[in-house]
Amino acid sequence: MATAALSDTMVLTGRSLRHWVRQPQLALLSTVQPVILVVLFAQVFGGAVHTPGTPYIDFLVPGVLVQTVAWDSTQTAVGIAEDVSTSTVERFRSLPMSPAAALAGRTLADACRNLFVVLLMTAAGTLVGFRPRGGAAGVAGAVLLVVFFGYAFNWFFALIGLTVRGAEAALAASFIWVFPLMFASSALVPTDTMPHWLRPFAAHQPISQAVDAARALMLGRPPGEAVLATLAWAVGALLVAVPLAVRRYYRAD
Amino acid sequence: MKPAIRATALRKRFGAAQALDGVDLEVGAGTVLALLGPNGAGKSTTVRILTTLVTPDSGHAEVAGHDVVRAARRVRASIGLAGQHAAVDGRLTGRENLLLVGRLHRLSRRDAARRADELLERFAMTAVADRLAQTYSGGTRRRLDLAASLVNRAPVLFLDEPSTGLDPRSRAELWSVVDELVAEGTAVLLTTQYLDEADRLADHITVVNQGRVVAEGTPEQLKRGIGSERLSVRVQLPEYLELVGDVVRRVGGHPAVADPVAGEVTTCTADGARLLTELIRQLDDLGILLAGAELHRPSLDDVFLALTPQSPTAAALGGGR
Repeated sequence: MATAALSDTMVLTGRSLRHWVRQPQLALLSTVQPVILVVLFAQVFGGAVHTPGTPYIDFLVPGVLVQTVAWDSTQTAVGIAEDVSTSTVERFRSLPMSPAAALAGRTLADACRNLFVVLLMTAAGTLVGFRPRGGAAGVAGAVLLVVFFGYAFNWFFALIGLTVRGAEAALAASFIWVFPLMFASSALVPTDTMPHWLRPFAAHQPISQAVDAARALMLGRPPGEAVLATLAWAVGALLVAVPLAVRRYYRAD
Repeated sequence: MKPAIRATALRKRFGAAQALDGVDLEVGAGTVLALLGPNGAGKSTTVRILTTLVTPDSGHAEVAGHDVVRAARRVRASIGLAGQHAAVDGRLTGRENLLLVGRLHRLSRRDAARRADELLERFAMTAVADRLAQTYSGGTRRRLDLAASLVNRAPVLFLDEPSTGLDPRSRAELWSVVDELVAEGTAVLLTTQYLDEADRLADHITVVNQGRVVAEGTPEQLKRGIGSERLSVRVQLPEYLELVGDVVRRVGGHPAVADPVAGEVTTCTADGARLLTELIRQLDDLGILLAGAELHRPSLDDVFLALTPQSPTAAALGGGR
């Protein structure tokens, strides 16, 4: 049973990865775009933002990594919404596969893509002066944490894609969630420069926790509670989103 | 022998709309049942319940001997479904689409590949097998969709409006595939709006309207049931249409449909010549002259019109009830 579920998931992961490779423009653009972001933000914000004791590029790269996996989750929502509107979901639901396989396959493929993009961005960062003092272990830990965090995000956005009707609505609904989380966060600027009312949210929301954790691991600093908090957010999101999304998948029409 | 599909008293409500209001049907192995009815009659909902995509509010259905609610997985393993909208993955090739479905039916890699080859051959798609499905014509996509529904050699096949949008040649091909499958013992449940398709393929027809079964039988029985002939009379003056309709209904004893555009009243009858004679006599007494009259052998279209009376022209004139 478990091996059958795993095999179904792998088959569908392959399907989604193939989609990505089959759209070379999308694959290229969604890879190049984050790299441009790293370089651009470093230049644009580098002079304006003060990050005491840390060069801005070191501050920035872990932040943009988390932002990118969060941003790419919107593609999960859009992809799932497309599957609903093209009847692909109906075909899958009429097949004797394990119930979670379609969503697990899609989110796993997104995680593979995220791993690739995150590694590429880290490498691009080092070309423009990023120096992760946490060493290989710190970088590896941060990359895995970010990808796992992104995986939880993907499930949450899969649920959004199943809740609204159509790809365009899915994109719009995703933005409502992803923009505040991306920008009212510690990804690009320290949260203590933000207005008082925003600070408690900005400092403790999941993206900021993931950014703080990735930053501490990559820069070789004590992560405090950030790593645990990130894992807790991710696991919590999965515990909520997975059963809801799977249930929704078998009710979608 | 147990029927391949048996549904009893299926009910399903979507919000305020009672989509199904007690539908019974039965399909035996090696036979074709056509589910006929106007848009919104409940054809698709029936198919969606029987293919486990929707759970009924009440009622009971078994497909290939398995309960569609309690043994949904077993039902899914025993059915093929070709949907209304070709559920083909455009960003995979035709071959990859079939491999994907095969693998999800838990075929081994090798068996899935072999089955895909067989189906590509059978549907004459070998030449386009390795092109992305999004480059296919509408007819080819449909063929691929149908091929995908046959991957698991299911004993029960659901075809939900399979020939909508197909050109005549593709349609004829579809029909011959259905013939072959039925000869091999597959039970087929077909929904269609094309009566000639039902006439050509179906052993049994179930007509649904507003979520209920309004008639069932073989195509011949249905045609006979509403009279063996169809009589149309054309009035000279449109204001007499309603009156003529009433007379036709009273004299013939069957429902009559008045068509104000053609200025015609149509009914079915066992003996057209006698009805026509009697009609002319009675109308003559009323001082109404006819502009013309025609007798036809009935088609399934007549069955359909007679049994689903809320079509706009009939409703407007209160005919056919």
